[in-house]
Amino acid sequence: MLRITNLFAKVEEKEILKGLNLTINAGEVHAIMGPNGAGKSTLGNVLSGRDGYEVTDGKIDFNDKDLFALSTEERAREGLFLAFQYPVEIPGVSNMEFLKASVDAKRKHHGQSELSAVEFMKLARETSKRVSLDQAFLKRGVNEGFSGGEKKRNEILQMMLLEPSLCILDETDSGLDIDALQIVANGVNEMRSPERSFIIVTHYQRLLDYIVPDFVHVLANGRIVKTGGKQLALELEEKGYAWLEEEAV
Amino acid sequence: MSEQVKQLINQEYAAGFYSDIVSETLPPGLNETVIRFISAKKNEPEWLLEWRLKSYTAWLEMIEPEWAHVKYDDIDFQAVSFYSAPKSMDEKPKSLAEVDPELLRTYEKLGIPLHEQAALAGVAMDVVFDSVSVLTTFREKLFEVGVIFCSISEAVHKYPELVKKYLGSVVPQKDNYYAALNSAVFSDGSFVYIPKGVRCPMELSTYFRINEQNTGQFERTLIIADEGSHVSYLEGCTAPMRDENQLHAAVVELVACDNAVIKYSTVQNWYPGNAEGKGGIYNFVTKRGVCHTNAKISWTQVETGSAITWKYPSCILRGDNSVGEFYSVALTNNYQQADTGTKMIHIGKNTRSTIISKGISAGKSSNAYRGLVRMNPGADGARNYTQCDSLLIGDKCGAHTFPYIESKNPSAIIEHEATTSKVSDDQLFLCKQRGLDAEKAVSMIVNGFCRDVFKELPMEFAVEAGKLLQVSLEGSVG
Ligand SMILES: Nc1ncnc2c1ncn2[C@@H]1O[C@H](COP(=O)(O)OP(=O)(O)OP(=O)(O)O)[C@@H](O)[C@H]1O
Ligand SMILES: [Mg+2]
Repeated sequence: MLRITNLFAKVEEKEILKGLNLTINAGEVHAIMGPNGAGKSTLGNVLSGRDGYEVTDGKIDFNDKDLFALSTEERAREGLFLAFQYPVEIPGVSNMEFLKASVDAKRKHHGQSELSAVEFMKLARETSKRVSLDQAFLKRGVNEGFSGGEKKRNEILQMMLLEPSLCILDETDSGLDIDALQIVANGVNEMRSPERSFIIVTHYQRLLDYIVPDFVHVLANGRIVKTGGKQLALELEEKGYAWLEEEAV
Repeated sequence: MSEQVKQLINQEYAAGFYSDIVSETLPPGLNETVIRFISAKKNEPEWLLEWRLKSYTAWLEMIEPEWAHVKYDDIDFQAVSFYSAPKSMDEKPKSLAEVDPELLRTYEKLGIPLHEQAALAGVAMDVVFDSVSVLTTFREKLFEVGVIFCSISEAVHKYPELVKKYLGSVVPQKDNYYAALNSAVFSDGSFVYIPKGVRCPMELSTYFRINEQNTGQFERTLIIADEGSHVSYLEGCTAPMRDENQLHAAVVELVACDNAVIKYSTVQNWYPGNAEGKGGIYNFVTKRGVCHTNAKISWTQVETGSAITWKYPSCILRGDNSVGEFYSVALTNNYQQADTGTKMIHIGKNTRSTIISKGISAGKSSNAYRGLVRMNPGADGARNYTQCDSLLIGDKCGAHTFPYIESKNPSAIIEHEATTSKVSDDQLFLCKQRGLDAEKAVSMIVNGFCRDVFKELPMEFAVEAGKLLQVSLEGSVG
């Protein structure tokens, strides 16, 4: 699914990722933890091709394609999805219109016809139920005036509609109440399949009680410094990151 | 340049073609003889010729206004032709069958079929080509309910009392430089009269087309809604792509008698000039309406074209409880310049006005909102609400807001809100991450920004306006 080899990346002339290696096979769930400012969000941005993130070395294969040869929107249409740590608002553009445009863009890319307005409406309504978002949210502007938790659930709604092959969730659990956390976790678990992989960035082991990962990585100082199973998350909760960072230097 | 690339560029302004039509065009220049020629051409009564000449004398003594936030080289009025009409229009066609097929093709290409069967359902159309009205559809049907919809030249002959009474009653001849010029040389335009208590059964619409080179278009529109009547009117405009600038100086006057409602919508798509700022229409327009007791005038405009737009559709709220509205989207790209807004003059008691202005600037363009809200001493309990939002795309364009407020009545309430925002990188990234390309993303964000105005447009045109924005924004994101 995804093979990252020796990745170096800069933002604003500052080197953030420094020789990162990571391989993710189809069907796997990988959790990434690590201290603030370690480069976790940067990794998500580099993977999805955000402007301003300059890759200085390394390569990434995504479904046997050179990821860097694809534009941001092509990566998305090819099945790479990023749930944002801080979802932005687009005032006046209805959620429904936005969701339909993105689903249609993906369908077109795969040679499928656009969905009719009625078909899509039905699909969107059913899906919004799965994340417990009232239908009124489909009519409102994209994230416009949504609460923090509503924004995060809206991200999961988009993920469900787009059915990506690689889902990157950047701190989707931050700021969620207990019920919402459960909703998000259920959404992810429902979507787990042998063809779909997840990268879950989180600071809290609690999420991993609900979404049980196959691997847990620690990203510190621009590299994966430790990899383990789900018990690593528990260990981190107890000991923090200092001991690993010392090891890494 | 490859053929494909050429096609792509031409696609940007789809209405940019020229129709090969034999025309009678006056040599460039402006003097008394030209005015007499225009008047004679239209077989006008003596009073109208006098009216024109008076306007001309006044214009000669006036100077071009310079307060607008626009820059352009002096206009050489002696280089402009003030009258051009297709030869085939010498005898005005009495029916569609008599109209030159090349003219019909022009409108078909523009997506405006003139055959009544093929026309947009429920829309009657007056089409003005350079200086003359070609034809007006659905006239008989409208006449059955007493609605008069014809060219102003025709109205001068058929309804002289109405024209004499109202022409210049809202925009006086000497109102401003361009209005005076228009009053002297106006060629054609639409005339509408809705009788007492009648709700006009169709949308009325005028489509303006400038075709001939070096020709100015000086149309004049007069709409009178008698007591308790109702009308919705829409105007559209296009011109061929040319390297020279062309002048368009129009005057529109609206009269809403007691309890009448006029809704006037504009989709302005004059040629904006090319990406380097060469060519395009200079659009200097005076539009104003007067509202009597309980009457309402609502202006909605979507301005995407023209090299320069200078335009302030206004309402004089004379009668008590009258209502004025102005909803505007003005988009500038490349080197376009727009200085547009409105004036709301509150004279009557409890008059209300709403101004919603959305300015979008892209490329190296400049976009200014200029608005005046005046509360006269007698305007007890009057209210105004103004919201003025600017959206910037890129960092080489400019947005400016010039709100003028004059309140001479302490009981009047004026509210003003203004915002400036950018299409942010975060928004663009979100859209791209969801599979949308940059152009689609920008047009969606811009459409969202304009939503409050688009919802005021008649349905069919709201869709058109959205598409037009998308085309006008082409090339605005790198
Ligand atoms: N656009 C930018 N301009 C300047 N510095 C940036 C930019 N984006 C990221 N950085 C810097 O890169 C470093 C890594 O940031 P990143 O957001 O990837 O951290 P993170 O691991 O996601 O942290 P957190 O856990 O707090 O979300 C930080 O020091 C951050 O300030
Ligand atoms: Mg982060």
